[in-house]
Amino acid sequence: MEILSLLTDGFVIVFQPLNLGLIILGCALGLFIGAMPGLGSVNGVAILLPMTFIVPPTGAVIFLAAIYYGAMYGGAVSSIMLGIPGASTAVATTFDGRPMALQGRADRALITAATASFIGGTISVLLFTAFAPPLAAVALAFGSPEEFALMLLAFATFIGLGGDDIPKTLFSIFIGLVLSSVGLDIISGQPRLIFGDIPGFYHGINFLVLAIGIYGIGEILWTIEISGGEVNVAQAKLSFRRMVDGLRGMKSLLKATIMGSFLGYFVGILPAAGATPGSLMAYGVAKATSRKPETFGKGNPEGIAAPEAANNAASTGSMLPMLTLGIPGSPTTAILLGGMVIWGLEPGPLLFVEHKEFVWGLIASLYVANLFSLLLNIGLIPAFIWVLKLPFTILAPMIFILCVVGGYAPTKDMHDVWLMLIFGVAGYLMRKLDYPMAPVVLAIVLGPLAETSMRQSLIISHGSPMIFFNRPIAGTIMIVALVLLFMPAIKAVKDYLARRRVSDPSA
Amino acid sequence: MKYIAKSTISGLIAGLLVTGGMLFAPHDALAWEPKKPVDFVIMAGPGGGADKMARLMQTIIEKHKLATKPFIPINKPGGSGAEALIYLNSAKGVNKDHTVMVTLNSFYTTPLRQPQLQIDISTFTPIGRMAEDSFLLWVHKDSGITNVTEFVKAAKAKGNNWIMAGTGKGQEDSLLTSFLNSAYGLKMKYVPYKGGGRVAKELAGKHADSTVNNPSEQLGFYQAGTTRPLAAFTPERLPLFPDAPTFRELGKSGMVYFMQRSVVGAPGMSKGAAKYYQRVFKKVYQTSEWQGYMKKKSLRGEFLTGKKLKEYWVTEKKNHAKMLKDIGEI
Repeated sequence: MEILSLLTDGFVIVFQPLNLGLIILGCALGLFIGAMPGLGSVNGVAILLPMTFIVPPTGAVIFLAAIYYGAMYGGAVSSIMLGIPGASTAVATTFDGRPMALQGRADRALITAATASFIGGTISVLLFTAFAPPLAAVALAFGSPEEFALMLLAFATFIGLGGDDIPKTLFSIFIGLVLSSVGLDIISGQPRLIFGDIPGFYHGINFLVLAIGIYGIGEILWTIEISGGEVNVAQAKLSFRRMVDGLRGMKSLLKATIMGSFLGYFVGILPAAGATPGSLMAYGVAKATSRKPETFGKGNPEGIAAPEAANNAASTGSMLPMLTLGIPGSPTTAILLGGMVIWGLEPGPLLFVEHKEFVWGLIASLYVANLFSLLLNIGLIPAFIWVLKLPFTILAPMIFILCVVGGYAPTKDMHDVWLMLIFGVAGYLMRKLDYPMAPVVLAIVLGPLAETSMRQSLIISHGSPMIFFNRPIAGTIMIVALVLLFMPAIKAVKDYLARRRVSDPSA
Repeated sequence: MKYIAKSTISGLIAGLLVTGGMLFAPHDALAWEPKKPVDFVIMAGPGGGADKMARLMQTIIEKHKLATKPFIPINKPGGSGAEALIYLNSAKGVNKDHTVMVTLNSFYTTPLRQPQLQIDISTFTPIGRMAEDSFLLWVHKDSGITNVTEFVKAAKAKGNNWIMAGTGKGQEDSLLTSFLNSAYGLKMKYVPYKGGGRVAKELAGKHADSTVNNPSEQLGFYQAGTTRPLAAFTPERLPLFPDAPTFRELGKSGMVYFMQRSVVGAPGMSKGAAKYYQRVFKKVYQTSEWQGYMKKKSLRGEFLTGKKLKEYWVTEKKNHAKMLKDIGEI
């Protein structure tokens, strides 16, 4: 019960008027930063850092955490409304969010995103409160072999149980993996696939460039084709009744939401991962365990609930390695880390002992930031819907500009903008040929993580792949992943046998 | 609105400073100032010594309003810092004046090991050497190893199954691993991870048998009693770890090694811009926060800039070329 009293102390800190004000301001700013592609929370938080020197350290961290949290909510908004992921963590939300908006169910999609985020946030904060120290031990127990096993599992969920065309899914994954290997090799430092010697490829292909290209630009091209000059594409409707119905509809999404929350939190606490892989994996698992996997990517709200719950849960989760191990799980937590250093707070196992008020103030502020973000988001839905009501002739150039800005901002390199346009056209063509897009994005995000951890493991084991099987955690995950991977093959054989039995009456 | 109001205020302050400058130092009247946020490249992964330090510098700059535009940190750890070096080398136009980098010793070793990158570090603009960092040899407390003799015995027994975690080929810790291997006849296996923070975690999680970390990277685990320093690569014992002897005391007088913590500008940076950043980082160096951090993390060394810093680079580059040759890397 010591934790409860510590948490109560935390709430006392949070409910001081100054801190409460900082949370509300932080959530609002975060929402805006998250929703604007290209602004991203890294630049956003960096620009706002000076503001934190006016207030005491605990207030400052609360403020930064509120921005971070608000941005997680905000990212979903542009994913759904414009089809451009506003932040890297919201990529998976685009998969089903944008189709729903095009079907005139943007309000439902936004409500689902906000509510799922809230549930994900709440579950993760509860987990953080109750199990922070033991989970820090789990994070420590995860070495390279375990990480690779987890990545393989993520790929497997995309192949194993989906209703998609398996060869096409595999093709998409491989394209993504090839793209992810562009750039400097992590072990030897040698450049790979730089197409002669184009300097822009040295830093690799930023997956946001790919995601914005195939979703943002590809979307505009696709919409032009299907609408054929029609100006109002998305029939946006909104009424109080529809909003209440949307909230009621959450009941059927509870499974996907809760699964996403746990998975996201767990992936978030691993130092190498973070919220982006967490949300993509949640999407994969939601699809794999859904009763209607074939509707994913075509506007299934489960495909919004799972990744949104996961990215919020992961954002809380990634505070854990930062606070206990000093390893930031995302660029934004890295900025928080910088703040901690100057305030004289040494991240490490002792932080929970020596700076209780700081840690529990932060946790309590996460609870409160979560609630305010939800209220703010639901309240702003009418404003978001209004944007959708704009004629396509106005909306399309707006989306295009946001895409270009979003592609340029992370690296400030025109090379990436050209690349994004190429991806846009390629994405449009792939879509015409009915290739799934989500696996490409998954592969480019998880590819480098999988490659690094696999090569580290193999160096340790002198090249023997047994290292993935003879460690208890890695082995268990590997076996599950392999079973999932070969599920389609097993199913194909079973179907084949069943068909032969039917066509062969003598048997 | 807030931001606009803020920039007006900082604009006013800047205006006052400029007017002040005009009164007291006429030649500074037209001093160069950044026109947009400055790219603050970090040649290493998040959570490591370089990363923490860069973020501290950024925070100090903001706190004391040492610059009129924010410094935005970006990690570019790829290829033992090759990614960062290429990024600076290819900065064009206005970016030449708005790109600075926190660097370490891979500033020498990566271009030496990879001549095809065509990076000539003598073209980079010297801004300031902020400190020199030290290294220690670390093991997990549960290994039961308390001194270098026991370490050598244990590592010999495990041969090339002894895992030494580090940050990449040609990085400082890989040089030191090679030193240790040849000095004590060991065959430790070097496994690269992204950033010194991650390396420290691998040791704390027992995925590695030993590491060569900076004090700042292991401090958290050390204070919690998880990891233990065996010996320091310094001429004298570090005040932070008085129980860890130096390798010199143990009879290996050649095993003294420091790493620069410097800030460099893109090649071809204008004189005015270089002067501006030199002044900013000199002020950072003088703040009580930076001095306190140096003391707390066992950093040493005075502020070097301009010609002196270039001379320092020439000497260090020569030293590293010799080290790399000795271990057969080049």
